[in-house]
Amino acid sequence: MVDAYIKVQDIHFTRGGRVIYENVSLTIPRGKVTAVMGPSGTGKTTLLRLIAAQLTPDSGCVLVDGQDVHKLSRSDLYKVRKKMGMLFQSGALFSDMSVYENIAFPIEEHTKLSASAIKDIVAQKLHSVGLRGAAGLMPSELSGGMARRVALARAIALDPELVMYDEPFTGQDPISKGVLVSLIRELNDSANITSVVVSHDVEESLSIADHVCILAGGRVIAEGSADDIRASDNPQVKQFLNGEPDGPVPFHYPEAANGMLYKSGASR
Amino acid sequence: MKAIISMGAWLFDWLEAVGRAGIFLVQSVFRLPVRFGESVNLLVKQLYSVGVLSLVIIIVSGTFIGMVLSLQGYSILAKFGSEEAVGQLLALSLLRELSPVVTALLFAGRAGSSLTAEIGLMKATEQLSSYEMMGVDPLRRVIAPRFIAGVICLPLLSLIFSASGILGGQLVSVGWLGVYDGAFWSSMQQSVYFDTDIMNGVIKAVCFSVVVTWIAVYQGYECVPTSEGIGKATTRTVVLGSLAILALDFILTAAMFGDF
Amino acid sequence: MRSKRAELMVGCFIVLGVVALIYLAVQVSGLAFSSKKDTYQVVARFDDIAGLSSRAKVSIAGVEVGNVESITFDKELFMALVKMNIYSDVDNIPTDSSIAVLTSGLLGEKYLGISIGADDELLTNGSEIYDTQSALVLETLISQFLFKSGDSEK
Repeated sequence: MVDAYIKVQDIHFTRGGRVIYENVSLTIPRGKVTAVMGPSGTGKTTLLRLIAAQLTPDSGCVLVDGQDVHKLSRSDLYKVRKKMGMLFQSGALFSDMSVYENIAFPIEEHTKLSASAIKDIVAQKLHSVGLRGAAGLMPSELSGGMARRVALARAIALDPELVMYDEPFTGQDPISKGVLVSLIRELNDSANITSVVVSHDVEESLSIADHVCILAGGRVIAEGSADDIRASDNPQVKQFLNGEPDGPVPFHYPEAANGMLYKSGASR
Repeated sequence: MKAIISMGAWLFDWLEAVGRAGIFLVQSVFRLPVRFGESVNLLVKQLYSVGVLSLVIIIVSGTFIGMVLSLQGYSILAKFGSEEAVGQLLALSLLRELSPVVTALLFAGRAGSSLTAEIGLMKATEQLSSYEMMGVDPLRRVIAPRFIAGVICLPLLSLIFSASGILGGQLVSVGWLGVYDGAFWSSMQQSVYFDTDIMNGVIKAVCFSVVVTWIAVYQGYECVPTSEGIGKATTRTVVLGSLAILALDFILTAAMFGDF
Repeated sequence: MRSKRAELMVGCFIVLGVVALIYLAVQVSGLAFSSKKDTYQVVARFDDIAGLSSRAKVSIAGVEVGNVESITFDKELFMALVKMNIYSDVDNIPTDSSIAVLTSGLLGEKYLGISIGADDELLTNGSEIYDTQSALVLETLISQFLFKSGDSEK
C-alpha cells in the first residue's frame, strides 16, 4: 500500500436520521491528487468536514498524518488544521476584507512575520493563481472564477501539507475550469502537497487525479487510479461516468416506507 | 399521557437550547483575544456599525417621543393647574422606563436583526467554517466583538435617547405651550435623583443590551444556513428580543421601583 | 488607514453618550458636583411628618440650606426624629427658630422650612430645634373643617 496521508476507517455517520455513511473506509495517498466523486447528495462535502473534524462521526476514526483528529483537544486540533487548507464551494472569502487582507489573514493570525514579509508572501501567492493585480479589490467585485482563485491563494497561504477542494469546478465556465485544473495540478507537484478534490465533474476530476474514490449510497463503490476507474465494469460506476439518467442509481428518490404509493422506478 | 410526554420532550429541548445558548455566551465572551490591537480594531468596526449607524433613529425617535409626552402630559396636567410638572413627568417617564425600553426595542429591530442576518449569511457562505479551518475560533473572531459592541452601545444609545427626549419635550412645552422655563427645569431637578432614576435606567439598558445582543448573535450563529433559515432567524431575533425586553423590564421595574 | 473615519465616528459616538449622561446628571437631576459641602447636624422631633423622605431639602426663606439625613421613630416620645445636615456656611440660625414640614405646590414634594427666631444663641452640631410644626394632613384638615361647620350649624 502507498504511503497514506489520510486514513478513513469504518466511518458511520448519520445526520437528521438519514444515514450518510456506513462503513466507509478509504485512504488518501501522500503527495498525490485524490478525487472523491459521486452523485450529489452522497455527502462528499461531509467527508471533507469529517477530515477537518468540523463534524464528528458516530463511529470509526479519521487519521490525518497518523493522528486521530476526533480525539484531539481543541488547541491541538487547531494546530492540525493549520496544516490543512480548504477551498470552499462558495469560496467563502471574508466579505468585509479586501483580497489582500483575505490572503494575509491566516498568515497574520498564525505567524509573527513582519508586515513587509507578509506582503511578499501574499504577492507571491496571488501571482501563483495569476491575480497579482487584484490585491486591492473587494470580494464582491470579483467574478466567480476569480473569487475561487483568490480562495485558493488563501488556502495555500500557510503552505499547508493538505489542500481540500470542495466542488472547485461547479458553476465555472470552461476556461476557469481549465485554469483551476492546471492550478491544482501545479500546486500539488510544485509544493508536494496532498490534494483532495471533491467533485462530480467527471472529466476534470479524472484528468488530474492520481487516485480516485467513488462514493454512492453511503459506500465506496470504486477506488483506484483514473484508468482503473475508466475501465471498471461496475454498473454503478459506469452509470455515473457516462451520465445515464436511470440505472442502479435510481432516477426516483426512494419513497418513505409508510408512504409507498408507487413502486420505485414506475413512471408517474 | 401523550400530552405530558410531548410537554416533557418540549421542556427537554427547551432546556437544551437554553444551555447551548448559555455555553455559547460564555465561550464567546471569555475566550481571550490573541492580539490586542486586532481585537480593538474589530471592536471599533462593530461599534461603528452597531452604535454609530443606530444614532439617527435613536435621536429622531427620542426627540419625537419627548415631544409627544409633553403634549399629552401638558393637556392632562393643565386640568389640575400644574403644567410645570410636565418636566417631572417627562424626565421620570423617559429615564425610568421609555428610553431603556424603546431604545432596546429599536436596537433589536435595527442592530439586532442586522447582526443576525450578517452572521447567518457568513454561516451560509461558509465564512464561519472557513475561520475554523484556518484554526481561528469564529466565536472569538466574529461573535465576541459583535456581542461586546452591542453591550457597550445600548446603554449609550439609551442615554442619548433620554437627552434628546428631554430636549424635544422642552422644545414643545416651553417653546410652544408656554410652560415657564425655570419651573420646567426645577420641577424636574426636584424629583429626579441621579442614583435611583438615571442609574436605574442605565442598569436596565445594560440588562437589555446583554439579552438582545445575545439573542441576536446566537440566532445568527445557530440559524439554518439557507435564505429561508436566515429570514426566520432574523424574525426570531426581533420577536424574541422584544418579548424578552418587555418581560425583563417588568421584573427589573418591580425590583427597582416596586415597594415590597 | 481605511478605518480612520470609523474610529473617529465611534469616538464621537462614545463622547456623545458620555455628554448625554453628564447632561442628564447636571441639568435633569440637578446633581451638583460641589455638593460635598461641610455640614453640621441638627435634630428635630415632629408629631407627624407625613410623607417627608430622607434627602428632602431644608430651606430658609425658600433657599436650600441643607437636607434631611435620616428619619427614625423615637420610641420613648412616640415622635418622628429627623436628623438633618445644615451647610456650615449657614451658621447663624438662632436656637429658638421653628421648623415646619411644608409642601411645594398642591401635590409637590414635602420639605422642611425653618422660620428664624430671635435668640442670641445659635444652633451648632448636635443641637435640637424644639419648636416644630407637623405636616398638614389632608384628612385631619378635612375632618376638622367638617366638625367645625357641623358645630356652627347648631
